[in-house]
Amino acid sequence: MAEYVLKMNNIGKSYYGVPVLKDVNINISKGEIHAIAGENGAGKSTLMNILFGMPVIFETGGFDGEILIEGEPVQITSPQKAMSLGIGMVHQEFMLLPGFTITENIKLNREITKRNPVSMLFGKSMESLDFAKMNADAQNALSQLGMSLDETRLIGGLPVGYMQFVEIAREIDKGDVRLLVFDEPTAVLTESEAQQLLEAMKELTSKGIGILFITHRLDEIMRVADQITILRDGVVADQKPKTETSIEEIASKMVGRKLEVSEILRRSDLYNEKDIILDIQNLRVGMPGEEVHDVSLQVQRGEILGIGGLAGGGKIGIANGIMGLFPASGTVMLEGVPIELNMPKDPLSKGIAFVSEDRRGTGLLLDQSIEMNIVTPTIQVHNRFLRKKFLSDWLRLYDTVGIREHALKFVKDLDIRCTGPDQLVRRLSGGNQQKVCLARAFSLDPKILFVSEPTRGIDVGAKKIVLDILVELNRNHDMTIIMTSSELGELRKICDRIAIVAEGHLAGILQPDAPDVEFGLMMSGQKTEVV
Amino acid sequence: MWKNLKDFVLGLGIPRLTIIGFLGFLFAVAFATGLAIPPLIGDSLRRVGMAGIMVLAMLPTVRAGIGLNFGLPLGIVSGLIGALISMQLDFTGFFGFFMAVLLGIPFSVISGIGYAWLLSKVRGQEMMVGTYVGFSSVAFMSIWWLVLPFTHPEMIWAIGGSGLRSQLSLRNHYGQVLNNFLSFEIGGMAVPTGLLLFFALFCVILYYFFRTKAGLAIDATGQNESYAIASGVNTKRMRTIAVVMSNVLGGIGIVAYAQSYGFLQLYTGPMFMAFPAVAAILIGGASLRKASVTNVVVGTLLFQTLLTISLPVTAQVITGDITEIARLIIANGMIVYALTRGSGKGGR
Repeated sequence: MAEYVLKMNNIGKSYYGVPVLKDVNINISKGEIHAIAGENGAGKSTLMNILFGMPVIFETGGFDGEILIEGEPVQITSPQKAMSLGIGMVHQEFMLLPGFTITENIKLNREITKRNPVSMLFGKSMESLDFAKMNADAQNALSQLGMSLDETRLIGGLPVGYMQFVEIAREIDKGDVRLLVFDEPTAVLTESEAQQLLEAMKELTSKGIGILFITHRLDEIMRVADQITILRDGVVADQKPKTETSIEEIASKMVGRKLEVSEILRRSDLYNEKDIILDIQNLRVGMPGEEVHDVSLQVQRGEILGIGGLAGGGKIGIANGIMGLFPASGTVMLEGVPIELNMPKDPLSKGIAFVSEDRRGTGLLLDQSIEMNIVTPTIQVHNRFLRKKFLSDWLRLYDTVGIREHALKFVKDLDIRCTGPDQLVRRLSGGNQQKVCLARAFSLDPKILFVSEPTRGIDVGAKKIVLDILVELNRNHDMTIIMTSSELGELRKICDRIAIVAEGHLAGILQPDAPDVEFGLMMSGQKTEVV
Repeated sequence: MWKNLKDFVLGLGIPRLTIIGFLGFLFAVAFATGLAIPPLIGDSLRRVGMAGIMVLAMLPTVRAGIGLNFGLPLGIVSGLIGALISMQLDFTGFFGFFMAVLLGIPFSVISGIGYAWLLSKVRGQEMMVGTYVGFSSVAFMSIWWLVLPFTHPEMIWAIGGSGLRSQLSLRNHYGQVLNNFLSFEIGGMAVPTGLLLFFALFCVILYYFFRTKAGLAIDATGQNESYAIASGVNTKRMRTIAVVMSNVLGGIGIVAYAQSYGFLQLYTGPMFMAFPAVAAILIGGASLRKASVTNVVVGTLLFQTLLTISLPVTAQVITGDITEIARLIIANGMIVYALTRGSGKGGR
């Protein structure tokens, strides 16, 4: 039996009764790269939080199972403990001080000092820094990674790729590192930097360090990993050496089939595929964390178009960019008329409505009544629900009677569970809040409805209702719907076509009944189909 | 009936019930020590009318999410310019008063736009910056009061001086015109009907303003800016409108105040006028992000009544002349109290 640097046995964890990890076993030998693949929400980050003793785990009742480091059972109760056990972490976002040099960052809080007259009097904290030794150490750590960098440069001006290496160098420099965790390390790197990083990882394993590599880039897994674990919905979907699997197999196991395919009638013949209602060309959106780099997409009148992809891939940015909520460029034509970007009022008044993924942030006025939440955009954009003209539209009183009637209709139609239209939205459940958001968008009488993450954070029963409402709007009210969702299952359930966005680009458009492997490959940016 | 009353009392909230209790205690002491109560009440009403519109000026900025308008002195000095011009032109009576109000508005609008622009550059620090905008506008205008070309002999320093006096009597112009309008007296209590009606008029205007499209847009901006943007509201313009409204109300407020007081106070007069207004609206139950016309009315009533009756009562109980000290302690103590609970509730 190989000598395991880390064994995680039967790890299980649930948040507030919802299981997120179940019976996960992971074994890492010395000098091995163990890759963990999985969709968002598969449990990767929870697993890492457990390994690092993050407070969030203990605040929510701890976890099941045991962790062994080199055969010894350990209790990892804090990140400090994890570090002292020789577990190092390379973060996705950098934890570096921009105003410090590379050496200073690497050696922070572990400085090498030498005695001086003052320290003889006042003790160790007054000793001066031995920069020569520290620089040598830093240079040594960097060169182990194959980097030639001036260690006295400030972090501030470095390219992001180099910062990543400095992070790694800091972990190596700790000396007694036995296990390094790389969490999506290549997400911010360029092609060649990623290449170099992968080389460095291999180099590290030759020193007997075990590596846990979390990524959604399947080609990188195939390039460097020895063992592969695929997580899906908190359980291990598969675990085998790289040599016994293929990129297609990983992709398909990662996605899996979570929902029975569609009991909803398909009807590709009901709308005209040549009738383009919305034409998006070269859209770029500067939404932090969800940047869209260059997306061109045609939406057909009457369809439900799904937009899927991994978190951070840019799928969320598309709707937010078109609606003017984040800086965008490119051209968007609605029925041949250009939409003015970066002007939220323009798409609204031309007939595009948006149900935001950020329900409590952008979607609702939490301390306002249901009825005012529903009608506010309509009042502002279309001057509806206002009493008779007085000097200017701005000074027209709103029509409380009309608003109440309108709200009551929606409360009934969408089955919003509330004490009345004057109830504060804050007091509603997530599902009912989402219905208010839908009512708000629908009040605008849009031709096109963007819906982002419509079922996030609501319970299963409400999810079905929300999806049913969307299908009903589409079929009976001729509304073209563009639904963005992280849940592939629900996209495949109600959409006519599904566009997959990866790394800010359109990876391709698939039919909802396309095989799992196609979705998996496109989502991880492996396959780009020109459409 | 009993239940409605109970709901109403509980709805006032503990801080207001405490103050009402304290007020009751003061009235009891006043009665016990033989002070005449009706003139005290009449005096309180007069002070409510005087201060009311300046408290109302807090409303638009709070509703727009900017917080309390500590820069109220800027609006006040703008309003004073209108009051001075009306005086210079020798307008008297109601005409003089309304001209003072109207002539001040253009100045408040212009300074308000500049103030709004400044506040848009310091998002999140509006109240701190506003305080100093208020102070510096007072200092700045102190120079201009000396050099502006006003020539009316009742306005400039006596015996051939130049520059405006620090206190200008309105007796021969429009002093007391609102107070005397339809005023009457019951059992020693003088009711300044016109002044109260003028305050009520602005309460009604603001109440209805926040039920219009523009008012709704300002509310949405203050409650959730992303929601407002996603609803097609130009939030920057809404904040500008709110600041300008507040500034204009400050200008109108000072004219109403001055006509009742009988004097225009220049130079450092307006320096600390924002603080009683801030205290009043907070005591009325507003927070830094939420306020209503009701908060303004309740707050002004409680604050001004407390100020008015606490002084004679303390003077009665404690020997020696500590009225001025007592006034400072009570007024500023209430501001501290109101601000701590204001930020505690609103500063999420």
